[in-house]
Amino acid sequence: MNLSPDSSAWIIWPVVVPLLGAVVCFLYKKKPRLAGHFFAVVTCGTSTVLGWQVLSQGVGRHLLGGWSPPLGISLRADGPAALMVMMTAVTGLGITLYSGGYFQSRLAGDSQDHRFRAQEQSFWPLWLLLWAALNGLFLSGDIFNIYISLELVALSSVGLTVLSGKPPSLVAAMRYLLVSLLGSLTFLLGVGFFYKAHGTLELAVISKALAPTPPVIMALALVSVGLMLKTALFPFHFWLPPAHANALAPVSAILSALVIKGSWYLFYRFWQGGGLLAAVGIVPALLGSVAIIWGAFQAFSQQRLKMLVAYSTVAQIGYLFVAFPLLVDSAGQGRDALFYFAISHSCAKAAMFLAAGTFFLQLGHDRIRDLAGVRQLLPVSSFAFALGGVSLMGLPPSGGFIAKYLLVSKAISQDLWWLALIAVVGSGLTAVYVFRAVSSVLSPHLLEERPLLVVAASMQWSALALALLAIVLGIMAPLPLALLEVT
Amino acid sequence: MAWQNWLLLLILLSSMVPGLIIFTLAESNRGWRTALNLCGAVVKMILVLVMIIGISQGQRFAVALPLLPGVDLVLRADPLSALFVALSSLLWLFTTLYAVAYLEDSPNRSHFFGYFSLCVTVTIGIALAGNLLTFLFFFEMLTLTTYPLVIHRGTAEAMAAGRVYLLYTLTGGLLLFLGVVWLYVLVGEVDFSRQGLLMPLLDGHRPALIGIFCLLISGVGVKAALVPLHGWLPRAMVAPAPVSALLHAVAVVKAGAFGIMRIVLDVYGLPLTSGLGLLMPLMLVATCTILYGSLLALRQDNLKRLLAYSTVSQVSYIVLGITIGNPLAIMGGMVHLIHQGIMKITLFFCAGNIAETLGVHAISRMNGVGRRLPLTMGAFTLAAMGMIGLPPLAGFVSKWYLGLGAINQGEGWLLVVLVLSTLLNAAYFLPIIYRAWFREQEGPWPKDSGAMGLWECHWMLVVPPLLTAAISLLVGLLANSTLSPLAWVRFIVTTRYEPW
Amino acid sequence: MALSPSLLYGLTGLMLFVIGLAALFTSPQLLGKILAVNIMASGIFLFLITLAHGSGTLIDPVPQAMVLTGIVVSVSSTAVALALLCRIEAAARPPAHLPKKKDEARQG
Repeated sequence: MNLSPDSSAWIIWPVVVPLLGAVVCFLYKKKPRLAGHFFAVVTCGTSTVLGWQVLSQGVGRHLLGGWSPPLGISLRADGPAALMVMMTAVTGLGITLYSGGYFQSRLAGDSQDHRFRAQEQSFWPLWLLLWAALNGLFLSGDIFNIYISLELVALSSVGLTVLSGKPPSLVAAMRYLLVSLLGSLTFLLGVGFFYKAHGTLELAVISKALAPTPPVIMALALVSVGLMLKTALFPFHFWLPPAHANALAPVSAILSALVIKGSWYLFYRFWQGGGLLAAVGIVPALLGSVAIIWGAFQAFSQQRLKMLVAYSTVAQIGYLFVAFPLLVDSAGQGRDALFYFAISHSCAKAAMFLAAGTFFLQLGHDRIRDLAGVRQLLPVSSFAFALGGVSLMGLPPSGGFIAKYLLVSKAISQDLWWLALIAVVGSGLTAVYVFRAVSSVLSPHLLEERPLLVVAASMQWSALALALLAIVLGIMAPLPLALLEVT
Repeated sequence: MAWQNWLLLLILLSSMVPGLIIFTLAESNRGWRTALNLCGAVVKMILVLVMIIGISQGQRFAVALPLLPGVDLVLRADPLSALFVALSSLLWLFTTLYAVAYLEDSPNRSHFFGYFSLCVTVTIGIALAGNLLTFLFFFEMLTLTTYPLVIHRGTAEAMAAGRVYLLYTLTGGLLLFLGVVWLYVLVGEVDFSRQGLLMPLLDGHRPALIGIFCLLISGVGVKAALVPLHGWLPRAMVAPAPVSALLHAVAVVKAGAFGIMRIVLDVYGLPLTSGLGLLMPLMLVATCTILYGSLLALRQDNLKRLLAYSTVSQVSYIVLGITIGNPLAIMGGMVHLIHQGIMKITLFFCAGNIAETLGVHAISRMNGVGRRLPLTMGAFTLAAMGMIGLPPLAGFVSKWYLGLGAINQGEGWLLVVLVLSTLLNAAYFLPIIYRAWFREQEGPWPKDSGAMGLWECHWMLVVPPLLTAAISLLVGLLANSTLSPLAWVRFIVTTRYEPW
Repeated sequence: MALSPSLLYGLTGLMLFVIGLAALFTSPQLLGKILAVNIMASGIFLFLITLAHGSGTLIDPVPQAMVLTGIVVSVSSTAVALALLCRIEAAARPPAHLPKKKDEARQG
């Protein structure tokens, strides 16, 4: 921990590069796509460097401009943070490649040239800004700075949500914005209480010193409610499906795969210390259990593919919270399960939304009933959709299976049988709704409809790459788990 | 020693790589697809032969991949896995030949053959799994790779059958998963080669062991179609004939039966299973399944459904052999894994021929089929006789050892079950044979794709059943030679399970 | 215990937060909801400022910095919310006002 302030300057690059990219894309309106790709690749590179540095050198810490806290901004990269940055980088790169193809296809295939060009000009700066904000959130060491990043994440994602311009997406975005603001204000009030109780804003100090005194309990409650609102944990999930399902395809993927992980990660950070977990860890777990069941039923009853995938996010968020009672002892398997759910969900869900986007683009609708036969038009993305589904269901070989295994075995070893059963039943329900969609997508019907426009190959293949990654996570678990050990 | 580790991976890759390439081939690219398929199948046969020779000379084949801290994916070839691997790769070769001709003009062949190859890869993975988690890993993948084959026709009926199939197998998978994880929490790595691993738990964890056993057996029992978990099997008959052949003889049902063997013999071990009082209930389930399957088969008029119920019944012979639990009976059960596979695949090939060439699906319309398709019906008759258990055919050998084992074990009542089941088998197979050979044809066939040169229909549809029928005759006739499956099974039982 | 100024301010701040919260859920109009969020923010700022007065005469600069930054954030998010509100209004208008479309595109 006693590193000199400058030994870990590499921490800032995953934040600075996309931020710079956002500015460049905003100013260089002629070819934002080119700039966007360039900065995405560089961000991905710097994030990989960060991951590698953390793995080889341990926790990194950096004070911006040499100013020490509390007034200066401190960045801190430990294993979980680095893993989240890596997750964002890899998923983000896939989404970036897809977006390039997406705007290219739309511009090539439609006469409303002007509208799509404007969409694209706004998309790239907002997306890179969001990326920078997410990385800032993962790497921030103090909770006020985290508040700023949270707001940045929220504002840029609202901007992305409205891009599609359809009236439902506007209303959904407004609701999303209001919920987000409510969440971050609640969070800020909690930050105030924490400062009152501890006299510091450093996350590492606060999360270790969670003593059950009234201000601390108040603070933790406020912060938790704020973050649950933003993560859309049941019963705060109402805003998520319309916002995620009505956005443009790459935006849906960004929101579902990455944005909710930001606030979830903070929730974990505040609770990880464990002092209060034994007493109240059951609360997020219960809400998570309800989310798993409720989300699955809702997903099953949807008529539109993107709504189904969005409700599946509601259910999967449940998994992200259900393991909190398992964090109490230090073996770390509960944490491993949580993070493995997060990263494999990120890849799988991004792949599914991206694949669903190609169906939409090709057929002009996403009614599940009428999707039969789409396999012939889009074999690669159909396969990607199915593979993503495999990971969501937690069937081998996939990251979802590893996560489910870790969760259930930890739950059984702690005699939390209800938790193990919820996880198993939940994955059965997931299979029910996933196969409702997959059987339609994979069915060998012949399709009569004529495709609307040519879907760029890069779209299908980037969806498949992410889906394959979700599968590969199922056999390369030792690597991410080793990174998580660095704390 | 490196090549021995690579060999197992190569055996997996020899069907996986062609499968993945086939996915990318154009629909019309028939030549390449067929070539890849057959090459893969032949290469796999050769590799498997090398492996079997190696095992019989005492070489060890194993390869491990760390999956999680303290949990490995292990592939290991022991004699029992070699038995299953040999069966799967041999029958895969025949089924591929058959499927190429069978699906000649149907759509989506690239998809079909791609999943077909993956399915065989996964089955081999099940056979080679060296610990329980690896077994679970491949067992679940089998569900995923067979589902697209079940719904291959895409009709409403096929989709419905696919749903039922998933409902059963995924639920079974979850039960198995829960059991496996529970066991891992109790004892850590459950390796098949460590006998008596669970013995120390007998005193402290009796209820847990019983619970886990029930979870595991009901998990694999779904695929083995144990009554009352058999409902998916007859419905999955809407799939094309090669798929049925694959489900029944090569992959799914066999994987279930193989799983029961692994759990009873290698994970729990016979002493522990009987110590927990679990052998008898399992034996009762097996006998019920044998009789119930045959009774239902009697009532069927659709040939493929009849064969499906017959599978339900026949596969439980394997379970029965294991649960009787003395070396002779285990031999009978194990060798039935092979014998049933060869005979049943013959029957499905023939049923497919009759349906494909003449459009006849119902048994009541089969009058006179023997005149039109003598070779096919000849093979069918041979295999059906084998199923009934007439000496010297394959089925007789299995039943003989089962019976001997039952008597040695003092379970004489099982002989009654065996005799009853044989009578039932005869009662549903003999009428078909009688109709086909001795009744006059009634009216024209629903369709007739015509003879092709010397052959009664496409030669690739006739040759595979003839070969498998011949094999089913040979394994019975030459059961005592050193190269027969029986000899190999004797080798397994004497080296691993005899001491008890 | 006497009602010290800082406690009074703090309680007022929390009260403002609660009032805003109530308005956010009850106000039927979107503009009302946006204002409600602003009132909540103001309440929090007031509360934070009182923290600076913790003990003694020394003023703690950290809460002040937080409030300053918070105000900036609040202004920007209000701006985004208002812009979004305008677009929703524009989309809800009858199609007679179609020429507006170009503006919409530029905003997006």
